[in-house]
Amino acid sequence: MNNSLWSDALYRLSRNRAAMFGGFLLILLIICAALAPWIAPYSYSYQNLSLGASPPSADHLLGTDVLGRDLLSRILYGARISLLVGFVATGVALVIGVSWGIIAGYIGGRVDSIMMRIVDILYGLPFIIFIILLMVIFGRNLWLLFGAIGAVEWLTMARIVRGQVIGLKNQEFVMAAKAMGVSNLSMFRRHLLPNILGPIAVYATLTIPQVMLLEGFLSFLGLGIQPPMSSWGTLIKDGVESMEEFSWLLIYPGITFTITLFALNFFGDGLRDALDPKTSDN
Amino acid sequence: MVAIFFRRILVAIPVLLAVASITFFLIKIAPGGPFDADKAVSPQVLKNLNEAYNLDASNWEQYIDYMSNLLRGDLGPSFRFPGRSVTEMIATGLPVTFELAFYAILIALVMGIFSGVLAALKRNTFLDFIPMAVAMIGICVPTFLMGPLLVLIFGINLEILPVSGWGQLPGDKILPSLTLGFAYAAYIARLSRGGMLEVLNQDFIRTARAKGLTERMVVVKHAMQGGLIPVVSFLGPAIAGLLAGSFVVETIFQIPGLGRFYVEAAFNRDYTMILGTTIFFSAMIVFFNLMSDLAALWLNPRSRDAS
Repeated sequence: MNNSLWSDALYRLSRNRAAMFGGFLLILLIICAALAPWIAPYSYSYQNLSLGASPPSADHLLGTDVLGRDLLSRILYGARISLLVGFVATGVALVIGVSWGIIAGYIGGRVDSIMMRIVDILYGLPFIIFIILLMVIFGRNLWLLFGAIGAVEWLTMARIVRGQVIGLKNQEFVMAAKAMGVSNLSMFRRHLLPNILGPIAVYATLTIPQVMLLEGFLSFLGLGIQPPMSSWGTLIKDGVESMEEFSWLLIYPGITFTITLFALNFFGDGLRDALDPKTSDN
Repeated sequence: MVAIFFRRILVAIPVLLAVASITFFLIKIAPGGPFDADKAVSPQVLKNLNEAYNLDASNWEQYIDYMSNLLRGDLGPSFRFPGRSVTEMIATGLPVTFELAFYAILIALVMGIFSGVLAALKRNTFLDFIPMAVAMIGICVPTFLMGPLLVLIFGINLEILPVSGWGQLPGDKILPSLTLGFAYAAYIARLSRGGMLEVLNQDFIRTARAKGLTERMVVVKHAMQGGLIPVVSFLGPAIAGLLAGSFVVETIFQIPGLGRFYVEAAFNRDYTMILGTTIFFSAMIVFFNLMSDLAALWLNPRSRDAS
Protein backbone atom coordinates (compact mmCIF):
# COMPACT_ATOMS: atom_id res chain seq x y z
CA MET A 1 0.00 0.00 0.00
CA ASN A 2 1.18 3.48 -0.77
CA ASN A 3 2.12 4.79 2.65
CA SER A 4 2.91 8.37 1.79
CA LEU A 5 -0.50 8.77 0.14
CA TRP A 6 -2.25 7.68 3.30
CA SER A 7 -0.07 9.67 5.68
CA ASP A 8 -0.41 12.77 3.52
CA ALA A 9 -4.14 12.23 3.46
CA LEU A 10 -4.26 11.77 7.22
CA TYR A 11 -2.32 14.99 7.64
CA ARG A 12 -4.69 16.91 5.39
CA LEU A 13 -7.68 15.37 7.13
CA SER A 14 -6.37 16.36 10.55
CA ARG A 15 -6.17 19.97 9.35
CA ASN A 16 -9.81 19.98 8.29
CA ARG A 17 -11.68 21.04 11.40
CA ALA A 18 -15.19 20.30 10.14
CA ALA A 19 -14.17 16.79 9.09
CA MET A 20 -12.34 16.12 12.36
CA PHE A 21 -15.35 17.31 14.33
CA GLY A 22 -17.60 15.07 12.24
CA GLY A 23 -15.30 12.12 12.79
CA PHE A 24 -15.16 12.79 16.54
CA LEU A 25 -18.96 12.93 16.75
CA LEU A 26 -19.23 9.69 14.82
CA ILE A 27 -16.84 7.85 17.11
CA LEU A 28 -18.73 9.18 20.11
CA LEU A 29 -22.02 8.00 18.61
CA ILE A 30 -20.70 4.57 17.77
CA ILE A 31 -19.39 4.19 21.32
CA CYS A 32 -22.72 5.33 22.78
CA ALA A 33 -24.61 2.94 20.51
CA ALA A 34 -22.32 0.05 21.37
CA LEU A 35 -22.59 0.73 25.11
CA ALA A 36 -26.31 1.49 25.04
CA PRO A 37 -27.31 -1.43 27.34
CA TRP A 38 -24.89 -0.15 29.99
CA ILE A 39 -25.17 3.62 29.71
CA ALA A 40 -28.86 4.01 28.88
CA PRO A 41 -30.67 5.08 32.06
CA TYR A 42 -33.63 2.75 31.37
CA SER A 43 -34.47 -0.17 29.12
CA TYR A 44 -35.92 0.89 25.77
CA SER A 45 -39.11 -1.03 26.47
CA TYR A 46 -39.53 -0.08 30.16
CA GLN A 47 -42.92 1.60 30.43
CA ASN A 48 -44.08 3.86 33.19
CA LEU A 49 -47.67 4.29 32.11
CA SER A 50 -48.59 6.47 35.08
CA LEU A 51 -46.01 8.98 33.89
CA GLY A 52 -47.26 9.14 30.30
CA ALA A 53 -45.60 11.71 28.07
CA SER A 54 -43.56 13.96 30.32
CA PRO A 55 -41.28 16.82 29.29
CA PRO A 56 -37.52 16.62 29.97
CA SER A 57 -36.76 16.39 33.70
CA ALA A 58 -33.98 15.29 36.03
CA ASP A 59 -35.20 11.68 35.98
CA HIS A 60 -35.74 11.58 32.23
CA LEU A 61 -33.25 13.95 30.60
CA LEU A 62 -35.09 14.07 27.28
CA GLY A 63 -38.55 13.36 28.65
CA THR A 64 -40.72 10.29 28.08
CA ASP A 65 -43.01 9.19 25.27
CA VAL A 66 -46.76 8.58 25.46
CA LEU A 67 -46.19 5.15 27.02
CA GLY A 68 -43.86 6.62 29.64
CA ARG A 69 -40.73 5.22 28.04
CA ASP A 70 -37.50 7.15 28.53
CA LEU A 71 -36.72 9.01 25.29
CA LEU A 72 -32.95 9.21 25.85
CA SER A 73 -32.76 5.44 26.25
CA ARG A 74 -34.87 4.90 23.17
CA ILE A 75 -32.65 7.22 21.14
CA LEU A 76 -29.55 5.36 22.34
CA TYR A 77 -31.03 1.99 21.44
CA GLY A 78 -32.36 3.43 18.18
CA ALA A 79 -28.80 4.48 17.33
CA ARG A 80 -27.82 0.81 17.33
CA ILE A 81 -30.37 -0.05 14.68
CA SER A 82 -29.89 3.09 12.58
CA LEU A 83 -26.10 2.82 12.56
CA LEU A 84 -26.25 -0.93 12.04
CA VAL A 85 -28.46 -0.51 8.98
CA GLY A 86 -26.17 2.27 7.75
CA PHE A 87 -23.00 0.22 8.05
CA VAL A 88 -24.27 -3.23 7.09
CA ALA A 89 -26.26 -2.10 4.06
CA THR A 90 -23.30 0.00 2.92
CA GLY A 91 -21.15 -3.10 3.37
CA VAL A 92 -23.48 -5.10 1.15
CA ALA A 93 -23.39 -2.33 -1.46
CA LEU A 94 -19.62 -2.21 -1.20
CA VAL A 95 -19.13 -5.91 -1.82
CA ILE A 96 -21.43 -5.99 -4.83
CA GLY A 97 -20.28 -2.69 -6.30
CA VAL A 98 -16.54 -3.30 -5.90
CA SER A 99 -16.65 -6.82 -7.33
CA TRP A 100 -18.83 -5.71 -10.22
CA GLY A 101 -16.63 -2.71 -10.98
CA ILE A 102 -13.33 -4.61 -10.77
CA ILE A 103 -14.55 -7.43 -12.98
CA ALA A 104 -16.05 -5.11 -15.58
CA GLY A 105 -13.05 -2.80 -15.62
CA TYR A 106 -10.39 -5.49 -15.60
CA ILE A 107 -11.87 -7.89 -18.13
CA GLY A 108 -13.09 -5.10 -20.40
CA GLY A 109 -14.46 -5.67 -23.87
CA ARG A 110 -17.89 -7.16 -24.29
CA VAL A 111 -18.17 -8.25 -20.67
CA ASP A 112 -17.53 -4.69 -19.58
CA SER A 113 -20.02 -3.15 -21.95
CA ILE A 114 -22.74 -5.62 -21.00
CA MET A 115 -22.09 -5.20 -17.27
CA MET A 116 -22.09 -1.42 -17.44
CA ARG A 117 -25.16 -1.45 -19.67
CA ILE A 118 -26.94 -3.31 -16.88
CA VAL A 119 -25.81 -0.67 -14.40
CA ASP A 120 -27.06 2.09 -16.70
CA ILE A 121 -30.43 0.44 -17.03
CA LEU A 122 -30.79 -0.20 -13.30
CA TYR A 123 -29.84 3.42 -12.65
CA GLY A 124 -32.90 4.57 -14.50
CA LEU A 125 -35.38 2.58 -12.42
CA PRO A 126 -37.26 3.74 -9.33
CA PHE A 127 -35.55 1.54 -6.80
CA ILE A 128 -37.28 2.95 -3.82
CA ILE A 129 -40.41 1.33 -5.17
CA PHE A 130 -38.75 -2.04 -5.45
CA ILE A 131 -37.58 -1.84 -1.86
CA ILE A 132 -41.13 -1.08 -0.78
CA LEU A 133 -42.36 -3.92 -2.97
CA LEU A 134 -39.90 -6.36 -1.40
CA MET A 135 -40.83 -5.24 2.11
CA VAL A 136 -44.51 -5.69 1.32
CA ILE A 137 -44.15 -9.08 -0.31
CA PHE A 138 -41.66 -10.74 2.00
CA GLY A 139 -42.54 -9.04 5.25
CA ARG A 140 -40.69 -6.31 7.06
CA ASN A 141 -37.61 -7.97 8.31
CA LEU A 142 -34.31 -6.43 9.26
CA TRP A 143 -32.11 -8.70 7.14
CA LEU A 144 -34.23 -8.16 4.09
CA LEU A 145 -33.91 -4.43 4.71
CA PHE A 146 -30.09 -4.68 4.74
CA GLY A 147 -30.11 -6.72 1.55
CA ALA A 148 -32.65 -4.59 -0.27
CA ILE A 149 -30.96 -1.29 0.52
CA GLY A 150 -27.52 -2.72 -0.20
CA ALA A 151 -28.74 -4.14 -3.48
CA VAL A 152 -29.76 -0.72 -4.75
CA GLU A 153 -26.89 1.40 -3.47
CA TRP A 154 -24.07 -0.44 -5.27
CA LEU A 155 -24.53 1.11 -8.69
CA THR A 156 -22.47 4.27 -8.22
CA MET A 157 -19.78 2.25 -6.46
CA ALA A 158 -19.52 -0.08 -9.45
CA ARG A 159 -19.08 2.88 -11.79
CA ILE A 160 -16.42 4.52 -9.64
CA VAL A 161 -14.43 1.31 -9.20
CA ARG A 162 -14.62 0.43 -12.87
CA GLY A 163 -13.27 3.84 -13.85
CA GLN A 164 -10.39 3.49 -11.41
CA VAL A 165 -9.54 -0.04 -12.56
CA ILE A 166 -9.46 1.00 -16.20
CA GLY A 167 -7.00 3.71 -15.25
CA LEU A 168 -4.80 1.20 -13.40
CA LYS A 169 -5.01 -1.60 -15.94
CA ASN A 170 -2.46 -0.18 -18.32
CA GLN A 171 0.11 0.80 -15.73
CA GLU A 172 3.44 -0.99 -15.72
CA PHE A 173 3.11 -2.77 -12.41
CA VAL A 174 -0.17 -4.37 -13.42
CA MET A 175 1.23 -5.45 -16.76
CA ALA A 176 4.35 -6.77 -15.02
CA ALA A 177 2.22 -8.76 -12.62
CA LYS A 178 0.21 -10.12 -15.52
CA ALA A 179 3.37 -11.05 -17.40
CA MET A 180 4.55 -12.96 -14.34
CA GLY A 181 1.39 -15.02 -14.48
CA VAL A 182 -0.41 -13.70 -11.42
CA SER A 183 -3.90 -15.20 -11.26
CA ASN A 184 -6.92 -12.98 -11.71
CA LEU A 185 -8.00 -13.36 -8.10
CA SER A 186 -4.70 -12.31 -6.61
CA MET A 187 -4.45 -9.56 -9.18
CA PHE A 188 -7.70 -8.18 -7.78
CA ARG A 189 -6.72 -8.65 -4.18
CA ARG A 190 -3.08 -7.66 -4.15
CA HIS A 191 -2.67 -5.21 -6.98
CA LEU A 192 -5.93 -3.55 -7.89
CA LEU A 193 -7.88 -3.32 -4.65
CA PRO A 194 -5.18 -1.63 -2.54
CA ASN A 195 -4.82 1.07 -5.17
CA ILE A 196 -8.47 1.98 -5.26
CA LEU A 197 -9.12 1.93 -1.53
CA GLY A 198 -9.14 5.73 -1.41
CA PRO A 199 -12.13 6.35 -3.66
CA ILE A 200 -13.88 3.34 -2.14
CA ALA A 201 -13.45 4.70 1.38
CA VAL A 202 -14.73 8.11 0.34
CA TYR A 203 -17.75 6.79 -1.45
CA ALA A 204 -18.57 4.35 1.33
CA THR A 205 -18.54 7.17 3.88
CA LEU A 206 -20.91 9.15 1.72
CA THR A 207 -23.17 6.14 1.14
CA ILE A 208 -23.78 5.56 4.85
CA PRO A 209 -25.86 8.73 5.33
CA GLN A 210 -27.86 7.92 2.19
CA VAL A 211 -28.61 4.46 3.51
CA MET A 212 -29.61 5.86 6.88
CA LEU A 213 -31.93 8.31 5.15
CA LEU A 214 -33.46 5.47 3.19
CA GLU A 215 -34.02 3.42 6.35
CA GLY A 216 -35.50 6.45 8.07
CA PHE A 217 -37.76 7.04 5.10
CA LEU A 218 -39.04 3.46 5.10
CA SER A 219 -39.48 3.37 8.86
CA PHE A 220 -41.28 6.69 8.71
CA LEU A 221 -43.78 5.25 6.26
CA GLY A 222 -44.15 2.23 8.54
CA LEU A 223 -42.47 -0.09 6.06
CA GLY A 224 -39.09 -0.38 7.76
CA ILE A 225 -38.18 -1.29 11.32
CA GLN A 226 -41.18 -2.68 13.22
CA PRO A 227 -41.99 -2.23 16.92
CA PRO A 228 -40.91 -3.05 19.56
CA MET A 229 -37.58 -2.41 17.87
CA SER A 230 -36.96 1.23 17.18
CA SER A 231 -34.70 3.17 14.88
CA TRP A 232 -34.41 6.92 14.61
CA GLY A 233 -36.83 6.75 11.71
CA THR A 234 -39.53 5.10 13.83
CA LEU A 235 -38.86 7.53 16.70
CA ILE A 236 -39.40 10.46 14.33
CA LYS A 237 -42.55 8.80 13.05
CA ASP A 238 -43.84 8.40 16.62
CA GLY A 239 -42.79 11.97 17.35
CA VAL A 240 -44.78 13.30 14.43
CA GLU A 241 -47.90 11.55 15.65
CA SER A 242 -47.81 13.38 18.96
CA MET A 243 -45.95 16.57 18.05
CA GLU A 244 -48.89 18.88 18.66
CA GLU A 245 -48.83 18.32 22.40
CA PHE A 246 -45.43 16.75 23.00
CA SER A 247 -43.07 18.45 20.59
CA TRP A 248 -39.93 17.12 22.33
CA LEU A 249 -40.76 13.65 21.05
CA LEU A 250 -40.14 14.90 17.53
CA ILE A 251 -37.41 17.40 18.20
CA TYR A 252 -34.81 15.29 20.07
CA PRO A 253 -34.79 12.28 17.74
CA GLY A 254 -34.82 14.74 14.83
CA ILE A 255 -31.80 16.61 16.16
CA THR A 256 -29.88 13.38 16.78
CA PHE A 257 -30.58 12.11 13.29
CA THR A 258 -29.66 15.39 11.64
CA ILE A 259 -26.44 15.79 13.60
CA THR A 260 -25.39 12.28 12.66
CA LEU A 261 -26.02 12.95 8.99
CA PHE A 262 -24.07 16.20 9.27
CA ALA A 263 -21.16 14.40 10.88
CA LEU A 264 -21.09 11.69 8.22
CA ASN A 265 -21.30 14.19 5.38
CA PHE A 266 -18.60 16.46 6.79
CA PHE A 267 -16.33 13.52 7.45
CA GLY A 268 -16.95 12.07 3.99
CA ASP A 269 -16.31 15.40 2.26
CA GLY A 270 -13.15 15.88 4.32
CA LEU A 271 -11.95 12.40 3.45
CA ARG A 272 -12.52 13.07 -0.24
CA ASP A 273 -10.60 16.33 -0.11
CA ALA A 274 -7.80 14.70 1.85
CA LEU A 275 -7.40 11.72 -0.46
CA ASP A 276 -7.78 13.64 -3.68
CA PRO A 277 -6.71 17.26 -3.28
CA LYS A 278 -7.35 17.91 -6.97
CA THR A 279 -11.11 17.59 -6.73
CA SER A 280 -11.35 19.77 -3.66
CA ASP A 281 -12.60 23.18 -4.60
CA ASN A 282 -10.94 25.10 -1.80
CA MET B 1 -29.42 13.66 -31.29
CA VAL B 2 -32.39 12.16 -33.06
CA ALA B 3 -30.45 8.92 -33.37
CA ILE B 4 -29.62 8.95 -29.66
CA PHE B 5 -33.24 9.61 -28.87
CA PHE B 6 -34.48 6.64 -30.86
CA ARG B 7 -31.75 4.33 -29.61
CA ARG B 8 -32.66 5.16 -26.02
CA ILE B 9 -36.36 4.65 -26.69
CA LEU B 10 -35.57 1.28 -28.22
CA VAL B 11 -33.67 0.28 -25.09
CA ALA B 12 -36.38 1.63 -22.81
CA ILE B 13 -39.19 -0.52 -24.18
CA PRO B 14 -37.72 -3.95 -23.34
CA VAL B 15 -36.55 -2.57 -19.98
CA LEU B 16 -40.07 -1.52 -19.08
CA LEU B 17 -41.48 -4.85 -20.24
CA ALA B 18 -38.89 -6.59 -18.06
CA VAL B 19 -39.86 -4.42 -15.09
CA ALA B 20 -43.50 -5.27 -15.63
CA SER B 21 -42.78 -8.99 -15.90
CA ILE B 22 -40.48 -9.14 -12.87
CA THR B 23 -42.93 -7.18 -10.75
CA PHE B 24 -45.78 -9.39 -11.91
CA PHE B 25 -44.04 -12.61 -10.90
CA LEU B 26 -42.71 -11.14 -7.65
CA ILE B 27 -46.27 -10.44 -6.67
CA LYS B 28 -47.35 -13.92 -7.76
CA ILE B 29 -44.82 -15.55 -5.42
CA ALA B 30 -45.87 -13.34 -2.53
CA PRO B 31 -47.25 -15.51 0.28
CA GLY B 32 -51.02 -15.34 0.64
CA GLY B 33 -53.73 -14.33 -1.78
CA PRO B 34 -55.13 -10.84 -2.05
CA PHE B 35 -58.39 -11.71 -0.25
CA ASP B 36 -56.88 -13.58 2.70
CA ALA B 37 -57.37 -10.67 5.07
CA ASP B 38 -61.14 -10.66 4.65
CA LYS B 39 -61.83 -13.41 7.15
CA ALA B 40 -65.57 -13.54 6.64
CA VAL B 41 -65.28 -14.55 2.99
CA SER B 42 -66.95 -17.92 2.38
CA PRO B 43 -65.37 -20.42 -0.04
CA GLN B 44 -68.08 -19.70 -2.59
CA VAL B 45 -67.49 -15.96 -2.45
CA LEU B 46 -63.76 -16.50 -2.64
CA LYS B 47 -64.23 -18.68 -5.68
CA ASN B 48 -66.37 -16.03 -7.31
CA LEU B 49 -63.85 -13.34 -6.44
CA ASN B 50 -61.02 -15.38 -7.91
CA GLU B 51 -63.08 -15.98 -10.98
CA ALA B 52 -64.02 -12.33 -11.34
CA TYR B 53 -60.39 -11.26 -11.12
CA ASN B 54 -59.24 -14.16 -13.28
CA LEU B 55 -57.09 -15.50 -10.43
CA ASP B 56 -58.01 -19.12 -11.03
CA ALA B 57 -56.26 -19.15 -14.39
CA SER B 58 -52.69 -20.37 -14.48
CA ASN B 59 -49.96 -17.83 -13.73
CA TRP B 60 -48.86 -17.97 -17.30
CA GLU B 61 -52.33 -17.22 -18.67
CA GLN B 62 -52.73 -14.39 -16.21
CA TYR B 63 -49.39 -13.00 -17.26
CA ILE B 64 -50.26 -13.05 -20.97
CA ASP B 65 -53.58 -11.49 -20.13
CA TYR B 66 -52.06 -8.77 -17.99
CA MET B 67 -49.37 -7.88 -20.49
CA SER B 68 -51.75 -7.65 -23.41
CA ASN B 69 -54.05 -5.43 -21.35
CA LEU B 70 -51.04 -3.37 -20.32
CA LEU B 71 -50.13 -2.68 -23.92
CA ARG B 72 -53.62 -1.28 -24.35
CA GLY B 73 -53.16 0.93 -21.27
CA ASP B 74 -55.46 -1.14 -19.07
CA LEU B 75 -53.86 -1.88 -15.71
CA GLY B 76 -56.72 -4.01 -14.38
CA PRO B 77 -59.15 -3.53 -11.49
CA SER B 78 -58.10 -2.51 -7.99
CA PHE B 79 -58.40 -5.34 -5.45
CA ARG B 80 -59.26 -3.05 -2.57
CA PHE B 81 -61.54 -0.56 -4.22
CA PRO B 82 -64.08 -2.66 -6.09
CA GLY B 83 -65.40 -1.06 -9.21
CA ARG B 84 -62.41 1.20 -9.67
CA SER B 85 -59.66 0.45 -12.13
CA VAL B 86 -56.00 1.10 -11.43
CA THR B 87 -55.77 3.28 -14.52
CA GLU B 88 -58.62 5.38 -13.13
CA MET B 89 -56.93 5.77 -9.76
CA ILE B 90 -53.65 6.78 -11.37
CA ALA B 91 -55.54 9.31 -13.46
CA THR B 92 -57.07 10.81 -10.29
CA GLY B 93 -53.85 10.97 -8.32
CA LEU B 94 -51.46 12.00 -11.04
CA PRO B 95 -52.53 15.63 -11.56
CA VAL B 96 -52.22 16.30 -7.84
CA THR B 97 -48.75 14.74 -7.64
CA PHE B 98 -47.67 16.56 -10.79
CA GLU B 99 -48.79 19.89 -9.41
CA LEU B 100 -46.95 19.25 -6.16
CA ALA B 101 -43.81 18.15 -7.99
CA PHE B 102 -44.02 21.13 -10.32
CA TYR B 103 -44.12 23.65 -7.46
CA ALA B 104 -41.36 21.79 -5.66
CA ILE B 105 -39.08 21.78 -8.72
CA LEU B 106 -39.85 25.44 -9.33
CA ILE B 107 -38.92 26.36 -5.76
CA ALA B 108 -35.83 24.18 -5.96
CA LEU B 109 -34.65 25.68 -9.26
CA VAL B 110 -35.25 29.30 -8.30
CA MET B 111 -33.76 29.01 -4.82
CA GLY B 112 -30.99 26.63 -5.83
CA ILE B 113 -29.71 28.34 -8.94
CA PHE B 114 -29.93 31.80 -7.44
CA SER B 115 -28.00 30.92 -4.31
CA GLY B 116 -25.57 28.61 -6.13
CA VAL B 117 -24.63 31.16 -8.76
CA LEU B 118 -24.39 33.90 -6.16
CA ALA B 119 -22.15 31.73 -3.99
CA ALA B 120 -19.87 30.99 -6.93
CA LEU B 121 -19.60 34.66 -7.89
CA LYS B 122 -18.97 35.79 -4.32
CA ARG B 123 -16.70 32.88 -3.52
CA ASN B 124 -15.28 32.70 -0.01
CA THR B 125 -17.39 35.58 1.27
CA PHE B 126 -20.33 35.27 3.61
CA LEU B 127 -22.61 35.27 0.56
CA ASP B 128 -20.91 31.96 -0.27
CA PHE B 129 -20.76 30.48 3.23
CA ILE B 130 -24.30 31.20 4.37
CA PRO B 131 -26.17 29.75 1.37
CA MET B 132 -23.87 26.72 1.38
CA ALA B 133 -24.42 26.17 5.10
CA VAL B 134 -28.18 26.37 4.53
CA ALA B 135 -27.77 23.92 1.64
CA MET B 136 -25.97 21.52 3.96
CA ILE B 137 -28.93 21.72 6.33
CA GLY B 138 -31.25 21.03 3.41
CA ILE B 139 -29.28 17.89 2.57
CA CYS B 140 -29.03 16.63 6.13
CA VAL B 141 -32.58 17.29 7.29
CA PRO B 142 -34.65 14.56 5.66
CA THR B 143 -38.01 15.38 4.10
CA PHE B 144 -39.83 13.32 6.71
CA LEU B 145 -38.38 15.57 9.40
CA MET B 146 -38.50 18.87 7.49
CA GLY B 147 -42.22 18.50 6.79
CA PRO B 148 -43.30 17.95 10.39
CA LEU B 149 -40.95 20.71 11.59
CA LEU B 150 -42.45 23.21 9.14
CA VAL B 151 -45.92 22.13 10.26
CA LEU B 152 -44.89 22.55 13.89
CA ILE B 153 -43.52 26.05 13.31
CA PHE B 154 -45.87 27.58 10.72
CA GLY B 155 -48.99 25.52 11.25
CA ILE B 156 -49.16 24.84 14.96
CA ASN B 157 -47.11 27.51 16.73
CA LEU B 158 -47.50 30.53 14.46
CA GLU B 159 -50.84 29.34 13.04
CA ILE B 160 -50.31 31.14 9.73
CA LEU B 161 -50.58 28.19 7.32
CA PRO B 162 -52.87 25.16 7.13
CA VAL B 163 -51.30 21.94 8.42
CA SER B 164 -52.76 19.59 5.80
CA GLY B 165 -54.84 19.27 2.66
CA TRP B 166 -54.41 20.28 -0.95
CA GLY B 167 -56.49 23.00 -2.56
CA GLN B 168 -59.07 23.19 0.22
CA LEU B 169 -57.81 26.11 2.28
CA PRO B 170 -55.92 29.16 1.01
CA GLY B 171 -52.19 28.58 1.32
CA ASP B 172 -52.36 24.87 2.00
CA LYS B 173 -50.11 24.17 -0.98
CA ILE B 174 -47.24 26.23 0.42
CA LEU B 175 -45.86 23.92 3.11
CA PRO B 176 -45.94 20.68 1.08
CA SER B 177 -44.25 22.35 -1.90
CA LEU B 178 -41.59 23.92 0.33
CA THR B 179 -40.96 20.65 2.13
CA LEU B 180 -40.47 18.75 -1.10
CA GLY B 181 -38.54 21.51 -2.83
CA PHE B 182 -36.09 22.38 -0.11
CA ALA B 183 -33.89 19.30 -0.28
CA TYR B 184 -33.59 19.72 -4.05
CA ALA B 185 -32.87 23.41 -3.71
CA ALA B 186 -29.93 22.38 -1.57
CA TYR B 187 -28.56 19.89 -4.09
CA ILE B 188 -29.09 22.30 -6.96
CA ALA B 189 -27.33 25.09 -5.07
CA ARG B 190 -24.29 22.89 -4.56
CA LEU B 191 -24.29 21.65 -8.14
CA SER B 192 -24.69 25.07 -9.68
CA ARG B 193 -21.99 26.51 -7.44
CA GLY B 194 -19.59 23.75 -8.49
CA GLY B 195 -20.49 24.02 -12.17
CA MET B 196 -20.19 27.80 -12.18
CA LEU B 197 -16.82 27.74 -10.43
CA GLU B 198 -15.50 25.40 -13.06
CA VAL B 199 -16.76 27.52 -15.95
CA LEU B 200 -15.79 30.89 -14.51
CA ASN B 201 -12.09 29.96 -14.67
CA GLN B 202 -12.16 29.12 -18.34
CA ASP B 203 -10.67 31.08 -21.20
CA PHE B 204 -13.89 31.95 -22.96
CA ILE B 205 -15.12 33.75 -19.85
CA ARG B 206 -11.93 35.77 -19.76
CA THR B 207 -12.44 36.55 -23.43
CA ALA B 208 -16.00 37.64 -22.77
CA ARG B 209 -14.79 39.91 -19.98
CA ALA B 210 -11.96 41.24 -22.12
CA LYS B 211 -14.45 42.10 -24.85
CA GLY B 212 -15.89 44.49 -22.31
CA LEU B 213 -19.18 42.72 -21.76
CA THR B 214 -21.01 43.69 -18.62
CA GLU B 215 -20.63 41.27 -15.73
CA ARG B 216 -24.31 40.51 -16.04
CA MET B 217 -23.91 39.48 -19.69
CA VAL B 218 -20.87 37.37 -18.88
CA VAL B 219 -22.67 35.51 -16.14
CA VAL B 220 -26.11 35.14 -17.63
CA LYS B 221 -25.26 34.57 -21.27
CA HIS B 222 -21.90 32.81 -21.18
CA ALA B 223 -21.16 31.25 -17.83
CA MET B 224 -24.59 29.97 -16.87
CA GLN B 225 -25.13 28.01 -20.04
CA GLY B 226 -22.19 25.76 -19.31
CA GLY B 227 -22.20 26.08 -15.57
CA LEU B 228 -25.72 24.77 -15.19
CA ILE B 229 -25.28 21.57 -17.19
CA PRO B 230 -24.78 19.56 -13.98
CA VAL B 231 -28.12 20.91 -12.76
CA VAL B 232 -29.87 19.79 -15.92
CA SER B 233 -28.36 16.31 -15.74
CA PHE B 234 -29.44 16.15 -12.11
CA LEU B 235 -33.08 16.89 -12.91
CA GLY B 236 -33.77 13.46 -14.39
CA PRO B 237 -32.63 11.46 -11.35
CA ALA B 238 -34.23 14.15 -9.18
CA ILE B 239 -37.63 13.18 -10.56
CA ALA B 240 -37.11 9.70 -9.11
CA GLY B 241 -36.23 11.26 -5.78
CA LEU B 242 -39.20 13.60 -5.97
CA LEU B 243 -41.39 10.56 -6.32
CA ALA B 244 -40.05 9.06 -3.11
CA GLY B 245 -40.41 12.49 -1.52
CA SER B 246 -44.01 12.66 -2.65
CA PHE B 247 -44.73 9.43 -0.72
CA VAL B 248 -43.63 11.19 2.45
CA VAL B 249 -45.04 14.64 1.77
CA GLU B 250 -48.42 13.35 0.62
CA THR B 251 -48.61 11.14 3.70
CA ILE B 252 -47.68 13.96 6.09
CA PHE B 253 -50.01 16.52 4.55
CA GLN B 254 -52.77 14.08 3.62
CA ILE B 255 -52.69 14.98 -0.04
CA PRO B 256 -54.73 12.68 -2.31
CA GLY B 257 -51.96 12.10 -4.84
CA LEU B 258 -50.32 9.12 -6.45
CA GLY B 259 -47.66 8.83 -3.75
CA ARG B 260 -50.20 8.41 -0.98
CA PHE B 261 -52.19 5.93 -3.09
CA TYR B 262 -49.04 3.88 -3.51
CA VAL B 263 -48.22 3.84 0.19
CA GLU B 264 -51.81 2.89 1.00
CA ALA B 265 -51.75 0.17 -1.63
CA ALA B 266 -48.56 -1.16 -0.07
CA PHE B 267 -50.24 -1.31 3.34
CA ASN B 268 -53.45 -2.85 2.00
CA ARG B 269 -51.54 -5.33 -0.17
CA ASP B 270 -53.60 -4.10 -3.10
CA TYR B 271 -51.45 -6.02 -5.54
CA THR B 272 -52.91 -4.82 -8.82
CA MET B 273 -52.55 -1.23 -7.67
CA ILE B 274 -48.94 -1.84 -6.60
CA LEU B 275 -48.15 -3.54 -9.88
CA GLY B 276 -49.81 -0.86 -11.98
CA THR B 277 -48.22 2.07 -10.17
CA THR B 278 -44.79 0.42 -10.21
CA ILE B 279 -44.94 0.05 -13.97
CA PHE B 280 -46.29 3.56 -14.34
CA PHE B 281 -43.61 5.11 -12.10
CA SER B 282 -40.88 3.23 -13.96
CA ALA B 283 -42.11 4.45 -17.31
CA MET B 284 -42.27 7.99 -16.02
CA ILE B 285 -38.77 7.89 -14.59
CA VAL B 286 -37.25 6.33 -17.69
CA PHE B 287 -38.91 9.08 -19.70
CA PHE B 288 -37.68 11.94 -17.51
CA ASN B 289 -34.15 10.54 -17.40
CA LEU B 290 -34.14 10.47 -21.17
CA MET B 291 -35.39 14.06 -21.35
CA SER B 292 -32.78 15.36 -18.92
CA ASP B 293 -29.94 13.52 -20.69
CA LEU B 294 -31.02 14.96 -24.00
CA ALA B 295 -31.29 18.46 -22.55
CA ALA B 296 -27.80 18.18 -21.06
CA LEU B 297 -26.41 16.95 -24.39
CA TRP B 298 -28.07 19.79 -26.19
CA LEU B 299 -26.75 22.41 -23.75
CA ASN B 300 -23.18 21.25 -24.20
CA PRO B 301 -21.96 22.75 -27.48
CA ARG B 302 -19.29 20.06 -27.92
CA SER B 303 -21.65 17.12 -27.85
CA ARG B 304 -24.29 19.11 -29.74
CA ASP B 305 -21.97 19.66 -32.67
CA ALA B 306 -20.59 16.15 -32.55
CA SER B 307 -23.89 14.43 -33.01
